[in-house]
Amino acid sequence: MLKILSSGFYTTIQDLGRFGYGDIGVPVSGAMDLYSAKLGNHILGNNHVDAVLEITLSKFSCRFDKETIICISGADLSPKLNDNNIALNTAINIDKGTVLTFDTPVYGVRSYLAVKGGFQTQKILGSRSFFNGVTDQFLIKKNDIIPFEKFNSNLGRSFSAVKINVEHFNSKTITVYKGPEFGLLSKEQQEKLTNTEFAISKDNSRMGYRLEELIPNDFQSMLTSAVLPGTVQLTPSGELIVLMRDGQITGGYPRILQLTDTAINILAQKTTKNTFKFKVISI
Amino acid sequence: MTTYNLTYKPFGKYAILIEWPSKIDENILKDVINFKNKISKNNIKVLVDVINTYNSLTVLYNFTIKNIYSEILVLKAIYEASSVENSIKKYCWNIPVCYDQKFGIDLVEISASKKINVDEIIQRHSGVIYSVYFIGFLPGFLYLGGLDESLNFARKGKPRLLVEKGSVGIGGPQTGIYPQNSAGGWNIIGKSPISFFNRSNKEPCFAKSGDKIRFVPVGLNEFEQIKSRVNSGSYKMERKLLDA
Repeated sequence: MLKILSSGFYTTIQDLGRFGYGDIGVPVSGAMDLYSAKLGNHILGNNHVDAVLEITLSKFSCRFDKETIICISGADLSPKLNDNNIALNTAINIDKGTVLTFDTPVYGVRSYLAVKGGFQTQKILGSRSFFNGVTDQFLIKKNDIIPFEKFNSNLGRSFSAVKINVEHFNSKTITVYKGPEFGLLSKEQQEKLTNTEFAISKDNSRMGYRLEELIPNDFQSMLTSAVLPGTVQLTPSGELIVLMRDGQITGGYPRILQLTDTAINILAQKTTKNTFKFKVISI
Repeated sequence: MTTYNLTYKPFGKYAILIEWPSKIDENILKDVINFKNKISKNNIKVLVDVINTYNSLTVLYNFTIKNIYSEILVLKAIYEASSVENSIKKYCWNIPVCYDQKFGIDLVEISASKKINVDEIIQRHSGVIYSVYFIGFLPGFLYLGGLDESLNFARKGKPRLLVEKGSVGIGGPQTGIYPQNSAGGWNIIGKSPISFFNRSNKEPCFAKSGDKIRFVPVGLNEFEQIKSRVNSGSYKMERKLLDA
């Protein structure tokens, strides 16, 4: 079992997401930075669908009440085991009673805690990813108990760490395809879209990121249609909304851009006031 | 059956968007559902989801689409193929709604603004049969067509932070039921005791595109009775089989 001592800013259980229920309005969900979440499972030799904890920005702490092996990937939130600094992107043996804490962010926003065999929380509609209205719980709280299977490791204490590409956290380029309504944009609007350095507003969450800079437009509203994680909607007020993993299934604003897979993962490691530019590539 | 000149567009690397003319129309609804059924009958293993809306289908693949044009050709051939036998039964569902002002917190405002008395609003809202176009926004939120034009009432300028589960609202030319507590900008005229999303059911949402909905006014007492039966699992939804 994992006992939560401090819930942190926003902590959830995530896996690859929930597929096949879009036509009853259920979002995909899943780890915001799938690349980092998958990396953690891979390092532990887990199944790629195993559930991990997604820890956002800081002050999370938990105690392991069983032996296991863990891996921390994604953002560096200064993880410590019983007050000793530990490395990211490597397998680490855990003794019963060990306390893990996260503190000051060094780089990135979302950190992933994977355990050998994955967390065994309830599976709803094929996934363990938390989502309000689908799973019983949608946020990890203090004193929660999260089940996992005991794993006795005889592998010793030395594992090598996987070196990650720093561009995943530092890149200021968000690569996009043209969205279905890209054609509504004038030449000037298109130029503005690719020349502007956009800042992420404080309204950013697992559902979507609103951006500060505006693209003024007089587009008519359109009939509600499907949207996907990574769809960029342009509102009548000129605001851009980048939908993320918990984004709703349908929306009524023009879908002007669509983020690449990698771009969604990169954006998931950014937060309020971080800036970037869009780079449009062809499909 | 009408066939339409559809447009096919890539939607990122994993999806193809198919669009009908941009309007809310029963014939388009039928054609969208028909195409969706044909796709699912074809049993294409690589599809993870097909999402339908008023005038579109979004076909989601579980791999990056290498050659968009060949995938579009496959879809076009499926659309052109003769109609498959549709074994999916369609129903008209009776949805109890309590329009008491305890729940219908915006009824008075709509009444004053439109100069239609409250009873008349309730009668016009519950006197028609609505079509279920699709489900989106929240798990189990039905997009309905058929609201009486005289009840078209603009969304609130500032959305409420909390609209309770079951609330029945009017947002511009649309009406719908909030399937869970949520922020929302629609004008609330009543509340239904029915659950629109039960994750433990084989079909988590009882209604589907192409079904019909009728709102049946109930008083406060009946609302409470139905609600307790819904909670205990003993409430049976009233429904009528529709001709195919």
